Amino acid sequence: MEQFTLTLPSSTLPQDIIHTAICGVVSSGNLEVLVEPTATRNACEIVVNTSAHGFRDIWEAVLKDFAERHSVGGLRLSINDAGATPAVVSLRLDQAFETCAA
Amino acid sequence: MNGRRISYFEASARMRLSGLVDAGSFSEFCPPEMRQTSPHLAQLGAPQAFDDGVVVGRASLAGHAVLIAAQEGRFIGGSVGEVHGAKICGLLDKAMVERPAAVLLLVDSGGVRLHEANAGLIAISEIMRAVLQVQAAGIPVFALVGGSCGAFGGMGIVTRLCAEVVMSEQGRLGLSGPEVIETVKGVEEFDSRDRALVWRITGGKLRRALGDATRLVDDLIPAFRAAAADLIERYQTHPLTPAHLDTLLDEQARLAARSERFASARDGLEIWQAAAFADASQVPELTVEEFNLQLGEPA
Repeated sequence: MEQFTLTLPSSTLPQDIIHTAICGVVSSGNLEVLVEPTATRNACEIVVNTSAHGFRDIWEAVLKDFAERHSVGGLRLSINDAGATPAVVSLRLDQAFETCAA
Repeated sequence: MNGRRISYFEASARMRLSGLVDAGSFSEFCPPEMRQTSPHLAQLGAPQAFDDGVVVGRASLAGHAVLIAAQEGRFIGGSVGEVHGAKICGLLDKAMVERPAAVLLLVDSGGVRLHEANAGLIAISEIMRAVLQVQAAGIPVFALVGGSCGAFGGMGIVTRLCAEVVMSEQGRLGLSGPEVIETVKGVEEFDSRDRALVWRITGGKLRRALGDATRLVDDLIPAFRAAAADLIERYQTHPLTPAHLDTLLDEQARLAARSERFASARDGLEIWQAAAFADASQVPELTVEEFNLQLGEPA
């Protein structure tokens, strides 16, 4: 497993609309995303735990894109990944964001 | 989600659970944010899940208090590891204290998680003991089987210990799975790639006809909900009573006779014929309603 944590600047999501949410399942080519509120209001903390080694550059690109597209400051996203493609990661992140801020 | 036509087979454990119970009534024990993950998978460098592949908690179903567990078949085949098993076991132990109207096990599992070997085997035996203990205390446990992994290995045994087994045609129930049988006994014994054969032998229709399943329902979350609600009502008016030794001996004799009667059967078709279906070859094509009608069961 490869593990790393990224802290990405992002505009703040109103704290009172955030609730803990989980999206996706850890199965081959898929991942789960757990969303929780944090005290750091102007950044999004993303903890990645992936079975695929050596793809950190691609992860960073996908996660930065996500943090730019949405206001996710104040969120911690914890990811358990079983080899999802970048498109699936992006989709799950969007889904997790919609669920936690619904 | 309640009432929508959602395939039970296709849904995730969390979708099944939320569609099955009264809207908004579910509260989860050991939720994902507690990160009760498998220490064994971590040691092996394998991906973990925050809920270790099973969701457990308390809810109401048609107004009755229930405790409920839903296995996620897509996470390592719904396999029972140490934490996964402890969550189900803890839920059953809680039933002894809370005395819900029923405990629902949404089984979707190939059995023991082989990565966790002995810990998984012990977990299964603990679940078996707990199911029997809960039912001896008069609380029925229902197994709902309609996921892609079915109910095999240890979870097949657990399923058959339950007072009621609700299945869809897509659900499967057995001890050794088709691939295990093929590996051990050869493809002549069981061709696990013959999907139609696998379902004719392990699928919900055969299990219902043999009496291993007590209800056959459509592959829809609301259909499973309706069956569970109906069963809860029935146990409210006719509470579960501890089985007498004579009843168990009769059941043992019935199963021994069944085993002998069908010893030479090679296919579900032969059992349809013996079960007096008008046209055995057409049984796989029957709708659930037609099937239950031909089986002589009120719709």
